Amino acid sequence: MNDTPMNDKPMKLQYQGVHKAFGPKSVLDGIDLNVAVGGAIALIGASGSGKSTLLRCTNLLEPIDDGAILLDGDDITEPGRDADPVRRRIGIVFQSFNLFPHKTVLGNVTLSPRKVLGRSKSDATDSAMTMLTRFGLSDKAHDYPDRLSGGQQQRVAIVRALQMDPEVMLLDEITSALDPELVGEVLNVVRDLRTDGMTMIIATHEMSFAREIADTVCFLKNGVIAEQGTPQQIFSAPTHRDTQEFLARVIASGRL
Amino acid sequence: MAVASTAVLVGLIIWQVPQLSGWKRVRKAFFDGDTFSLAFKPVAKAFWLDVRIFLVCAPLIVVFGMLIALSRSVRSPLLFPLRLAATLYVDIVRGVPIILWLYLIGFGGAGLLNVREVGFGPIKIGTYLFLGGVALVVTYSAYVAEVFRAGIEGVHESQRSGARSLGLSTWHTNRHVVLPQAVRRVIPPLMNDFISLQKDVALVSVLGPIEALRRADVLQDKLFNFTPFVVAAVLFLCVSIPLTRTADYLLAKERRTMSGTAVR
Repeated sequence: MNDTPMNDKPMKLQYQGVHKAFGPKSVLDGIDLNVAVGGAIALIGASGSGKSTLLRCTNLLEPIDDGAILLDGDDITEPGRDADPVRRRIGIVFQSFNLFPHKTVLGNVTLSPRKVLGRSKSDATDSAMTMLTRFGLSDKAHDYPDRLSGGQQQRVAIVRALQMDPEVMLLDEITSALDPELVGEVLNVVRDLRTDGMTMIIATHEMSFAREIADTVCFLKNGVIAEQGTPQQIFSAPTHRDTQEFLARVIASGRL
Repeated sequence: MAVASTAVLVGLIIWQVPQLSGWKRVRKAFFDGDTFSLAFKPVAKAFWLDVRIFLVCAPLIVVFGMLIALSRSVRSPLLFPLRLAATLYVDIVRGVPIILWLYLIGFGGAGLLNVREVGFGPIKIGTYLFLGGVALVVTYSAYVAEVFRAGIEGVHESQRSGARSLGLSTWHTNRHVVLPQAVRRVIPPLMNDFISLQKDVALVSVLGPIEALRRADVLQDKLFNFTPFVVAAVLFLCVSIPLTRTADYLLAKERRTMSGTAVR
């Protein structure tokens, strides 16, 4: 297994030989990865390299075919395990926001605290308003998602996941569907979470952001972690040829 | 322009139709003023039964239709028999004409349930009226279930992921995320089914209950004049036209929100 920085810290998530295939197509082909408590992992790699699938498997939205995923040392992927209590502890934010269009911003962010955690409406509203205010969204609380910009919608989606008070946040290319000028406001929210010490796995195409925020960067290719290291190692002195080629392409396209 | 062209067309019809050789006979047989006023009150009174059948059956159809649609949409392998049963139900019910179901359930049920005294208030189990209502609920639930199912499947998978990822159960996901969006989407096509139902309640008359069509038929027999049928038609129109306009309005509203402004 690869050495990760902060090996002395307790592990929040451990991936052990995770395999996943869609029909004949293998998407994850033996993923081994440790995520320390408070760690921030950036997953980079071309589209189709398995980044999103790894995150969706972690949230148990997709069942894995082989291997195991451990949360606090506890296998969450064993057959027959109830997914809902696990999902409460692992928040995920999607590229396409997935906000509920028939509910207001406040309705979106208070639904699961009320229905899953059983909190009262006023209690859930209070805590939602506090967080919406923190992220500059309080004046949008009673608007429907389609009245919001992409950046605002994505910030609402992050708040919605945070309202469940998760121990880990999975960010699945959360800026990829945004206009360039809206990326910054969303990344600022992620920086805030990082400052709070949230454990995060971030699938991203924003290389400079990955470099800035992650303590470990994993380069995925064909469903395996081809190279893993500190941002410094990966971005300045990549050793794997595929990583070098990938980064060269990214630099050529002006994204680093 | 629209007003002018309509006026010309209507004018032509009013001017031309009375020129037809058979017009006098038809007018006497179908549009006789005296018969109309004579028949109006009894037919209208009988029409009230149609309205009541509709009002009782429609909510039941919504509930059963939704239950069948949900059964057809279950994903758990454990519940596969439920899904299979719902699919068979919809296929069988929709494969037979409604009027035939009325005969089968009406006469079959009357033989089966020989209890006309048991019931809730005016609704007596085993009467032809009751069984006619049952037949309408049975058949229309299948049609409405398909409308609901289309709506449920029309809600994007990412909505389900979004909800489940927050720890919401299947039930809460359906109840608070999928169904509200599905129902909103299917209201216009659902209205069309209910406009059909509003007319199809007249089919109950084949089992004997004296509703508007049956009453008109009886009067027609007695008065040797078809005007009572026209009375019944007018009464049905009085209900179905406002319903149709409402459905169109809802459909147009839905389209506007989906795709911006209309193109001429």
